[in-house]
Amino acid sequence: MSQKPQTLFQKIWDSHVVAEEPGAPAVLYIDLHLVHEVTSPQAFSVLTERGLKVRRPERTVATMDHSIPTKGGYEAADELGRIQLRLLESNAQANGVRIYGLNSVQRGIVHVIGPEQGFTQPGMTIVCGDSHTSTHGAFGSLGFGIGTSEVGHVLATQCLLQRKPRTCEVRVDGTLHPGVTAKDIILAVLAKIGVGGGTGHVFEYTGSAIRALDMEGRMTVCNMSIEGGARAGMVAPDDKTFNFVHGREFAPKGAAWDRAVTCWRELPTDTGAAYDKTVTLDAGSLEPMVTFGTNPGQGVAITQPLPLPASLANAAERAGLEKSLAYMKFEAGKPILGQTVDVVFLGSCTNSRIGDLRAAANLLRGRKVAKTVRMMVVPGSQSVKQAAEAEGLDKVFKEAGADWREAGCSMCIAMNGDQLSPGQLAVSTSNRNFEGRQGKGGRTVLASPLTAVASAVAGKIADPRPLLNGGQA
Amino acid sequence: MSAPKFTSLTARCVVLPSVDVDTDQIIPARFLKITDKLGLGEKLFCDWRYLDDGSPNPMFILNQPEAKGAKILVAGHNFGCGSSREHAPWALVGFGFQAVISTMFADIFQGNSLKNGLIPVVIRPADHAALIGARGQSQNLQVTVDLQATTVSWPGQAPLKFPIDPFSRRCLLDGVDELGYLQQFTKQAEAYEAAHAK
Repeated sequence: MSQKPQTLFQKIWDSHVVAEEPGAPAVLYIDLHLVHEVTSPQAFSVLTERGLKVRRPERTVATMDHSIPTKGGYEAADELGRIQLRLLESNAQANGVRIYGLNSVQRGIVHVIGPEQGFTQPGMTIVCGDSHTSTHGAFGSLGFGIGTSEVGHVLATQCLLQRKPRTCEVRVDGTLHPGVTAKDIILAVLAKIGVGGGTGHVFEYTGSAIRALDMEGRMTVCNMSIEGGARAGMVAPDDKTFNFVHGREFAPKGAAWDRAVTCWRELPTDTGAAYDKTVTLDAGSLEPMVTFGTNPGQGVAITQPLPLPASLANAAERAGLEKSLAYMKFEAGKPILGQTVDVVFLGSCTNSRIGDLRAAANLLRGRKVAKTVRMMVVPGSQSVKQAAEAEGLDKVFKEAGADWREAGCSMCIAMNGDQLSPGQLAVSTSNRNFEGRQGKGGRTVLASPLTAVASAVAGKIADPRPLLNGGQA
Repeated sequence: MSAPKFTSLTARCVVLPSVDVDTDQIIPARFLKITDKLGLGEKLFCDWRYLDDGSPNPMFILNQPEAKGAKILVAGHNFGCGSSREHAPWALVGFGFQAVISTMFADIFQGNSLKNGLIPVVIRPADHAALIGARGQSQNLQVTVDLQATTVSWPGQAPLKFPIDPFSRRCLLDGVDELGYLQQFTKQAEAYEAAHAK
């Protein structure tokens, strides 16, 4: 075949175009639609108003994660939350949609359970009314967040009107040093390109450092693509991908599995295929990263001083940096190491999988959370919670003084009862440090699970590397 | 529910120059528990707009007399970044805005805005600065957003072309219902499904 070399994105896009009229966006077929309680009620209302039903309930999966409490007992934080949860339940039942409801032992964060249950597979188009749908791109799928109007479109037609985005290769070569993780890679990418650097693009992460990551690490990287403005982030599937998917409840079985893998092996970007642009990063040069400001692109290596607004030429950017530092109560030019921490949050669709909990527990074992710190550990799903408990990780956290919770979005989004008080500083493994994201007036420093643990132990922002060999922070 | 329509608008504007304004600022997550679209205009920019005791923050632009009746928001670069919540344009529309002018919008926010009759107008940084300058000279500056011509103008400024997805423009000018449009492709979707059945 003399076909023009294609990128992973191009292959998935082309194979999902149902129709395309001149002057109109493509009608794209959606293989998997994930639904949660917060962005779906108004979409189901549109169906009801028009007398429509979910067109492909077997391609639709619902879970409860955003407004669900994590303290146990499943009493939603308030009446509105309860109404929202009940409404998802009734909408799912009325349409024959599978739902991981309040009492499901597999319920969890939508971007954790999709891969966990085997719904997420290479080559698929996956959407959800949630910007972190980019997570699923770790499997070599095209996953992106949509608005509620579009949720309605997909529920009703299983299709979506989409303009084709441009592609951006994010190439990360080299070897990570001990104590430096997938989270630090993506925070470094964001620090390099800024929160708008990927707007209009789909990222494909390539290079030896990405190939070396396990599936959970790849999910962490793809998860935060949207923080750079890219709706989707992708990693070419390989044997690690196939091994992860194999045997999961909704993965293909038997001969269908063999056929699927044969197709999936065709997905990686062809040699010589062109991206619209390329960004590169050397994994070997990275240190643990933390954010210091109020967007995820405002990050620094943990040993570095905070940037000086005077160093920025653009007046609007300078004003933005000054505003961020003022909100965070941080001083330009000073170190971020040693800032007093009130709360440590280990969780969210970025870093709440079993590998994240294992890495954190291994570092925390035999140590104590500082008395001045409240540490919350929130597994990404009830399945992760069970697996962690089977390994005794919950005991490590509890013995160290951390709070071991039920699955949910928890303090990442502060609409479920878990939140910061005004002025509190959190080191958080989540994905957004926007003003008030974790509670009105709360201040968020994004970091890896290892940095979160080191900071919990020290009671201040701390480098995890000295702890790796049993040392003190 | 009918599809939103937009042809042309001439109105006063307010300026919120901050860069990278995320959707958590536009409408904080704690207001996403609603199951309809009502009441969000009251909560627009809530944590900037109201003081801790719930009273309006007199320093915030939307609380100043000049904001009354303004239908155009002049925003900083990369407006609407962050989450996919359509509650953000619902809140802006709920307040009374019909257009936002910036130098760049986040992708999902831009798509959500177009579906709600809120026109995202992208202009060059120099023109953006000129608009803010002109607004500084006159609080009553009348800005015109013309979707038919895809131009934005104000007194002293010849019409500036702005880019907009041609399909979205057509939908807004004609009041085309996008879901209705998509439903016309049911046969093609069925053929696609038959061809891809495992």
